[in-house]
Amino acid sequence: MEIKDVEKLAQLARIELTEAEKQAYLKDISAILSYVDQIKEVTTTTGEERKAGELRNVLRVDEVKNKPGLNTKVVTDEFPRKERDYLKVKKIL
Amino acid sequence: MINLKDLTIKKAHEALLKGEYTCVDLTNAYLENIKKKDGEIHAYLEIFSDVLEQAKAADDRVARKENVTLLTGIPVAVKDNILIKGRIASSASKILENYHATYDATVIKKLKEAGAVFLGRTNMDEFAMGGSTENSAFGVTHNPHDLERVAGGTSGGSAAAVAADMALVALGSDTGGSIRQPSSFCGVVGLKPGYGAVSRYGLMAAASSFDQIGAIGKTADDVQVVFEVIVGKDEMDSTSVTRFEVKSQNPKPKIAIPQGFVTSKGVKKEVIDSFNKAIENIKGLGCEVTEIDFPYLKYSLATYYTLVFAEESSNLTRFDGVRYGLHVDGQTGVEDYFKSRQAGFGAEVKRRIILGTYILSSGYYDAYYNKANIVRDLIREDYRKAFEEVDIIIMPTTPDAAFKIGEKINDPLQLYLEDIFTVPANLAGLPALSVPSGYKEVDGKKLPLGLQLLAKPGNEKILFEMAKKIENML
Repeated sequence: MEIKDVEKLAQLARIELTEAEKQAYLKDISAILSYVDQIKEVTTTTGEERKAGELRNVLRVDEVKNKPGLNTKVVTDEFPRKERDYLKVKKIL
Repeated sequence: MINLKDLTIKKAHEALLKGEYTCVDLTNAYLENIKKKDGEIHAYLEIFSDVLEQAKAADDRVARKENVTLLTGIPVAVKDNILIKGRIASSASKILENYHATYDATVIKKLKEAGAVFLGRTNMDEFAMGGSTENSAFGVTHNPHDLERVAGGTSGGSAAAVAADMALVALGSDTGGSIRQPSSFCGVVGLKPGYGAVSRYGLMAAASSFDQIGAIGKTADDVQVVFEVIVGKDEMDSTSVTRFEVKSQNPKPKIAIPQGFVTSKGVKKEVIDSFNKAIENIKGLGCEVTEIDFPYLKYSLATYYTLVFAEESSNLTRFDGVRYGLHVDGQTGVEDYFKSRQAGFGAEVKRRIILGTYILSSGYYDAYYNKANIVRDLIREDYRKAFEEVDIIIMPTTPDAAFKIGEKINDPLQLYLEDIFTVPANLAGLPALSVPSGYKEVDGKKLPLGLQLLAKPGNEKILFEMAKKIENML
């Protein structure tokens, strides 16, 4: 792994990193990956097909249980920036 | 003066019913202790301003004899990643420093119904990532047994609060040992319930297929009382289960020890000696003890961390500075994300996000994430087979007693290795409990050690029963 790989990953993860952080993570991540690499030693008889969790389509009825508007204020109070009850964000286009 | 040191939930409950003291008296006793001790321990991030009002409400309930439960008026500490509506829940992160929870977690709803008094929110590693509470954005928690040492983590604040009599019981969460390891370091009892036993609704997700909320207390009985209140299927958590509780218990449980694993490299001699002594005592109870060999157990840590990085990096995408939490302005909307996440997350959280992003990237998915899931199944299968033969598997909780603050902070991999004995239960979804089993003496200080008991899913009860026997042996 090189610095440009760390930069690429940070880009994908939407995190800005300082130069010092990049250097530190490059070192840590290489050490950690070489440790977890031992799972590659495990040989399996069942093949290596893609695995997913065991739960499938656990559904419940999507019903409104609160009085409409009951929680609006507690949610909108957490908005970093708002206008009336709307969340304010920067222009997208 | 209430003797908090020897107080249990049932003793407090009796005293409240008999009128020996009130919930307000009891709460005040804890508040005084907090005032006296928490300056140097730093178990709490906040003591709620309405604690005495909550206690007064509990007193009214007791006076009216209305729906009084074992937990009515019992002062509880809550880990900072569990939501209580209207109160700050920060996960010890700057990104949520001023975030107020918009709803109650299911466990909180249940504790409120039972009449518990919430004292405050406890310190933790940021977003439950770490093992020493040193990753908190708001300062480290000190171990009550030796202030120069860590309380463990990630539920370090909860364990330290109970150990220092600053709460009668506490809630924590456990992804890879975060209840059991600090409980062991602080000399208290901690339970990670089996996966799905307790609803995760309202618990900030670290690694969703691992996380469980559990209780920390001075005794196995206290932990059991809280567990029995918070357990149960919840339609708000699709992974919670209707439990097939194991009814008839073997009075002399069959016990297995993964001997080869217990003596892994890095496990301290004092830990193994103390463990062997405890096993001799357990044999004295008439329990049959056998050795067992799990071929895949040695891959637990590597499997665990691979999966956890992947799940954590996915779960943390929601913190982007848009709808709640810290917002730092950039030139564009996208730049806002980069700047908010840079300013809001601490070093370990960022490290794990980067690692998880790597592990889940299309070129490495099969080699890491998928492979780890395959190995996880093999580990789970090892345990399933073992529990056809035995009732309890025992190992130490940690490879050593609490380490010094700062000792491992610059070497994340070294800190990960501390989790060797706790992660298997999370990988396999098993209930696991840590109970104090002795001490290691260092420089005249007695540092607690813990014994970890694992059972098959649905059988938390056998853990409580065995832990009570172990408590009586000490």
